[in-house]
Amino acid sequence: MSLLVLWGVSVLIFAIARVIPGNPARVALGPNATQDQVDALAAALYLDRNILVQYAFWLRDLMRGDLGRSLYTNRPVTQDIAEFLPATLELIFLAAMLMIVAGLPLGILAARFRGRWPDHVIRVFSLLTVSAPSFVWAVALMLAFAYFLPIFPIAGRLSEAYSIPRVTGFLTIDTLLAGNLHAFANALRHMVLPAVALSLSGIGQAARLTRANMIETYEKPYIEMSQAYGFPEGRIARTYAFRPSLIPSLTIIGLDIAALLGNAFLVEAVFGWPGLSRYGVQVILRKDLNAIVGTVLVIAALFLIVNIIVDILTVLLNPRIRLGEARP
Amino acid sequence: MKRAAFILASNPLTLLGVLLVSLVVMAAALADVIAPFPEHRGAVVDFVNFNKPPGGDFLMGTDVVGRDLFSRILYAYRISLLMAVVVLAIAVPIGVTLGLMAGYMGGRWEYGLMRVTDVFLSIPPLVLALSILGVMKPTLLNGMIAVTAMWWPWYTRLVYNITRGEKAEGYVLAAEVTGASRAHVMFREILPNCMPAIVTKMTLDAGFVILIASSLSFLGLGVQAPTPDLGSMVAEGARYLPDQWWLSVFPGLAILIAVFGFNLIGDGLRDILGGDR
Repeated sequence: MSLLVLWGVSVLIFAIARVIPGNPARVALGPNATQDQVDALAAALYLDRNILVQYAFWLRDLMRGDLGRSLYTNRPVTQDIAEFLPATLELIFLAAMLMIVAGLPLGILAARFRGRWPDHVIRVFSLLTVSAPSFVWAVALMLAFAYFLPIFPIAGRLSEAYSIPRVTGFLTIDTLLAGNLHAFANALRHMVLPAVALSLSGIGQAARLTRANMIETYEKPYIEMSQAYGFPEGRIARTYAFRPSLIPSLTIIGLDIAALLGNAFLVEAVFGWPGLSRYGVQVILRKDLNAIVGTVLVIAALFLIVNIIVDILTVLLNPRIRLGEARP
Repeated sequence: MKRAAFILASNPLTLLGVLLVSLVVMAAALADVIAPFPEHRGAVVDFVNFNKPPGGDFLMGTDVVGRDLFSRILYAYRISLLMAVVVLAIAVPIGVTLGLMAGYMGGRWEYGLMRVTDVFLSIPPLVLALSILGVMKPTLLNGMIAVTAMWWPWYTRLVYNITRGEKAEGYVLAAEVTGASRAHVMFREILPNCMPAIVTKMTLDAGFVILIASSLSFLGLGVQAPTPDLGSMVAEGARYLPDQWWLSVFPGLAILIAVFGFNLIGDGLRDILGGDR
């Protein structure tokens, strides 16, 4: 099923990439190249063949794990992606964690104090956070916490003073592998502002959604019963109302993580974060077809993986599905 | 209607939303009248007044070539609103029609249409628009095409879900029994029951289209200079942080105000109409 969707994505992206006006070989080589050179490159990229043949060749290469060469970096696209992807994954992982650990409790709080001031404050907060693109939050956070109050570094992933051998590409892991705790703290400090900027709108959405689901659950008779028994409100919220409400939230959190993948494009641009998204923007601006197709395909694959994980979690959390009694 | 007006009046946040959106619409419509320097929306250079901080003649300061930021923001609102109107005017009818077809006709239609929708929805929205713009010239029109291409599937999915539920309702069966055509059942019987959800989503989306459009132009893939656009103004201004902070802060604030306004109204509508979720 997911594979089918991924194949559909590959067709879609390939189709988009090949409607490009002008000859990509000419764009890559620049105006000074001779016609022979352009023709040779076009032949090497199968650009002279019909589009179905091009797709077939591309799909064959993809099966071998070959996404072609980037005309911008002149390296295999897979190598580029392997270099830039960890930085983005690291950022997105932290942002997703923030989204969950801040968004869900806020939603629970709003539902418990429904109609009273914490609810209103959280409502306005969530509406505000989803009302500005993440690059605006990035600029605001940078101005406030890197320039005005110089608490966090302005840009980059790690101060130049540290040199950490690249093992996994995840700086938080590499610094620990190198046993350098100062560098680890430094890398973490670099991640805070971009991750917060990235996660703000997700926090708002997660909070609103959890609130709505909690309120729906609160209207169920079994909650009323536990209230009648005089169970403490905090325990009702945490134990009885939260878990069933989490299931619909999870699906949307999956979608929000997808939005993080897109918004990383904006945040990485502001903070000079050397990740896949910044690479994506570079290759898009240079009309580097293989790299565009490869980048989008990797992002779509990531998105599908996130959704599969969400599906699995949903099953684990829902005893009705887990025990095979009924579908949701 | 009376009830709606009552709820509206009793909800100060929704009223604030109406106020903000009217302000933005007025600012865009009356830009020629309000803007202190209407000519600054184009490629004007005034080196006497460059990099002026907010205050005096320049309410929000001037940019690096001496153009009044306030005037440029007013004109940028025109682009943002135009974008929202055009994108929704194209994406919503397409998405809704396909959703009705997939939900009501079922079978192969349902399978085919929903798989295509899944494909579109499994690329993060911004990334899809980016890759479309990546291969086309970054112009206002292409920006609209790119954003529209990523927007319709959401309406298809929304309407599809409602239609599947409504299909078995008595009124639909009644219409079918009296020999109504498929088109009649879809557009005259089922569609009105989808309207509350669609209207709510459209209001919220008006804000989100502005947000996405500004994101695209922030990355240099939207409206090109010298036409003022909120996203590209933030991008341009971010290069002069922290000294010329006003260059990125005010356009950013302008986006926030417009989108916040639409979100407040949409949120209120959701309470009134039920809407999605």
